[in-house]
Amino acid sequence: MDILWGLFLSFFKIGLFGYGGGYAMISLIQTELMNNGWMSKEKFVDIIAIAQMTPGPIAVNSATFIGYEIASFPGALMATIAVILPSFILVNILAIYMKSVTNPLMTNSILHYLRPVIIALIINAAFTISLDAISDYFSLIILGFSLFLIWKTKIHPIIIITLSGIIGMVFYSF
Amino acid sequence: MNSKEKLKLLKLFGCFFKIGLFTFGGGFAMIPLMEKELVNKHHWVKKRDFINSIALTQSVPGAIAFNLAVYFGHDVMGIVGSLVSVIAVALPSVLIILGIAMFFSTFSEIEIVQNIFKGIRPAVVALIIYAAINIATHLKWDVAMIVILIAATLVSILFSINPILLIMVSFAIGTIVFLYNKYYKKKKSDCNSCKN
Repeated sequence: MDILWGLFLSFFKIGLFGYGGGYAMISLIQTELMNNGWMSKEKFVDIIAIAQMTPGPIAVNSATFIGYEIASFPGALMATIAVILPSFILVNILAIYMKSVTNPLMTNSILHYLRPVIIALIINAAFTISLDAISDYFSLIILGFSLFLIWKTKIHPIIIITLSGIIGMVFYSF
Repeated sequence: MNSKEKLKLLKLFGCFFKIGLFTFGGGFAMIPLMEKELVNKHHWVKKRDFINSIALTQSVPGAIAFNLAVYFGHDVMGIVGSLVSVIAVALPSVLIILGIAMFFSTFSEIEIVQNIFKGIRPAVVALIIYAAINIATHLKWDVAMIVILIAATLVSILFSINPILLIMVSFAIGTIVFLYNKYYKKKKSDCNSCKN
């Protein structure tokens, strides 16, 4: 029961402070996983990869997966509900009181200073993951090649992940 | 609830289930399909409201996909509508991920699978870096934003400060600047009026 409650609290926090979408959340998820000692970094990166390749928002995919890894089906259910709950409450409030409460100028001002922080968190996520993901020169080549492909050709991320998986299998197996 | 409302709720569920099932790569990728379903097909939301709502829901934390599902669900059928929509948009992911997660531990022991993931991990780093670049290139940068970016990046990497703290600090800065501008401009306009 303790671990389920811990999962709920962690993922509620992730949902509550998850500004800027799935990628910005990676940093939050990682902090929670590390603080609780729930999972190795490598496993976490693998889950993020799977979360990107399967349909749906990265936040749900990773919450369900991590919840399952830590506490089976009840864990998956708990983490998923917890990560959605802040959105559900806050957006309903927004939809009801939107006209009277929100001041677009204030929202703009907050987002103006929040966006650089979101970018910083994404850079941080990339940096900490790379400590485990970049193990040799060849993985550095895959990183550069993937970045070039997505930046210059706008190829869909799924194709890039599939391609690098095939390259990894061929290179590291033979 | 009459049968007409039940039917509408069922349609809402089907609509968001489809959106959850067919979008890969997170919230922003959902927007075109959502527009097609909600605006063009079902006529539940007006095009102008749709565009405004996307900006509005980003002022609230949480995954973009949930925020939009809750918001439009509420628009169409109140709180019940928002509950049905958010469950529907999450359900395909949950089912697919559970299917994968059940076999993941067994699969990840196999050497070939481990090698596949060795190749995938650097690509994930590339995708995350690109997400940062993508947001950065769509912003109008000023000095304050650049200072915040550099400071937040250094602080979070060097001192591994909890991201929540960084978000709260920038939230506070944005609020203070807004209040300062409001107060300052008000004071200024008062002075103008007393001169006249």
